[in-house]
Amino acid sequence: MSGILASMIDGLLIGSVYGLAAMGLSLIWGVMDVINLTHGAMIALGMFGMYLLFGASAANPYLLLIPVIAAGFFLGIIVYWLSVSWVIDRPQLMSLLSTFAVNMMVIGIGTAIWSTSPYNVNFSLPGITVGAYTFTGNHIAAAVSAVVIALLLELFLYRTRAGKAIRAVADNRDAAELMGISSTRVLMVAFAIGIALAAASGALVSTLFPFTILSGAGYQLKSFVVTVLAGLGKPFGALVAGVLLGLLEGAVSPFIAVSWIPLIEFGLFVVVLILFPRGIFGRANA
Amino acid sequence: MMLRRPLFWMILVLAAVFAWLPQHGNNVALREDLILVAVAIILTSNLNLMIGYTGYVNFGHIVFYGLGGYVGLYLMTVRSWHLIPAALTAGVAVSLLALLFGLGILRLRGAYFALATIGVLEAVQAFVSNFESWGRSTGMYVSFESYAPLGGPKHALWSTYFLVIAVMALSLILSLGIRRSKFGLGLFAIREDEDAAIVLGVNATLYKAIIYSVSAFLPAVAGALMFFKNGMIDPSIAFEYMLSLEGIVMLMLGGQGTVAGSALGAGLYERLRSYLLTSPRLSAFHLVIAGALLLLVIRLAPGGLIGWLYRLAPRSREVIE
Repeated sequence: MSGILASMIDGLLIGSVYGLAAMGLSLIWGVMDVINLTHGAMIALGMFGMYLLFGASAANPYLLLIPVIAAGFFLGIIVYWLSVSWVIDRPQLMSLLSTFAVNMMVIGIGTAIWSTSPYNVNFSLPGITVGAYTFTGNHIAAAVSAVVIALLLELFLYRTRAGKAIRAVADNRDAAELMGISSTRVLMVAFAIGIALAAASGALVSTLFPFTILSGAGYQLKSFVVTVLAGLGKPFGALVAGVLLGLLEGAVSPFIAVSWIPLIEFGLFVVVLILFPRGIFGRANA
Repeated sequence: MMLRRPLFWMILVLAAVFAWLPQHGNNVALREDLILVAVAIILTSNLNLMIGYTGYVNFGHIVFYGLGGYVGLYLMTVRSWHLIPAALTAGVAVSLLALLFGLGILRLRGAYFALATIGVLEAVQAFVSNFESWGRSTGMYVSFESYAPLGGPKHALWSTYFLVIAVMALSLILSLGIRRSKFGLGLFAIREDEDAAIVLGVNATLYKAIIYSVSAFLPAVAGALMFFKNGMIDPSIAFEYMLSLEGIVMLMLGGQGTVAGSALGAGLYERLRSYLLTSPRLSAFHLVIAGALLLLVIRLAPGGLIGWLYRLAPRSREVIE
């Protein structure tokens, strides 16, 4: 019994990283109605960003999150102009395909540089031992970092002018334009923040598990599941839903092989979409 | 009706040329090239039924091909069935499964469906990698005896080739047939405006589930044939994500929504891909080039090559469907 509990606590810690990844997807989806299929690739780039920075400087990985986030932000601006700015008002098929094309290019370049063999960031913090179980320091630190970043985003969105502009554009772009908000700039910034969050979550994952350039895809699937659980455009809800998903994974993982987990997540995704199309935190008639 | 449409005859000519060319001088290398083109055309033209006709992106189209391969190989090796009934049964089984999936996930609209298809791919791959009877992650091999009913390996490879060409022709004819049927018009209506289509009496969920299932049949048959030809199957080659993605590039390049476009895009892209993969300098970058190509097509010519042709010569619409 306590084994399951320990596994659930571990799931909860990892789940906050899932939540952080999903916040980026949810923000972009909610603000500009674009499903960002570069998400997985950006998570993978976050992993390799951390790997390179840690290899070059051997600094504390949690400090290195700052340059990773900054790089993710700039990368986000580039990707926005490359693939998103010109499809925003076109059918959703187009934005799916255009972000997807960038995803292919990033994965292609990444595969050429790093092949698909596994890498890891060799860093470990002392853990906390409770009875027979040890919770590794990296998992705890990753969860704390994820929650801190999520809170900062929440503060930004609700307390600053720029953040309020993002929410205004998400609510009603035409009305926001009439109030003098330049929606082009706002969309670009929102997209860049979304990518920065993806990169940050990738960087945190890289301190927990070995990874390849293709690892992002699994986290992308989790992000989709978490985003629909939380309902669109609710970044903080995404964090909570991410923790829930982590708890669920922790609860089932002592009983089944890890390779079954995508099947469970996918089942959850479809069931939630059909039963709660607005997310479990969504209002019935929003 | 069908006999009056020029494209129908062009398809037959294309299939005849494919069947005849490599026999000339027993050119096995050419046959192997052409079989890849034929498979690309099969996958792309069936994917077109979803993306081009109905406006629903299916990122996991390769699932049908891979599952067809698994069912077919299972029947042939474990149950010692003959190739043709095994391939047809694989097609039927995968179509039925797709119908079941479809009735579930096609209640999702637009982009949600697209995401669910990524999930289908991951989930099926996870299932197959854990499935005992199908050899888990090691997969299955075709035993040597399986070639015997077809007159030995050498003969069997040629027979498989002709069958794949037949499936290619059938795929294109199927697309052509659906295009002007009442059913096809219902699909186009869903693509243009699903709510309006429902108001006009199109049973959208049923239509979508049917076309999802139909688009599974021939790729599954082709999967059974191809993996028999290759002699083995395992989860990573059966559900090659990249192939699923490249199908979308092929379709957009040729021109989504048109029969000729799906064939043209598949043929051109498959040749480009073979060239890139065999070129020592470019092979690492073939995915980058594919992505850039897709981006360029969406940005500059959303109708693909055929859409461009329509703009140059509007009357070509009546001939090149």
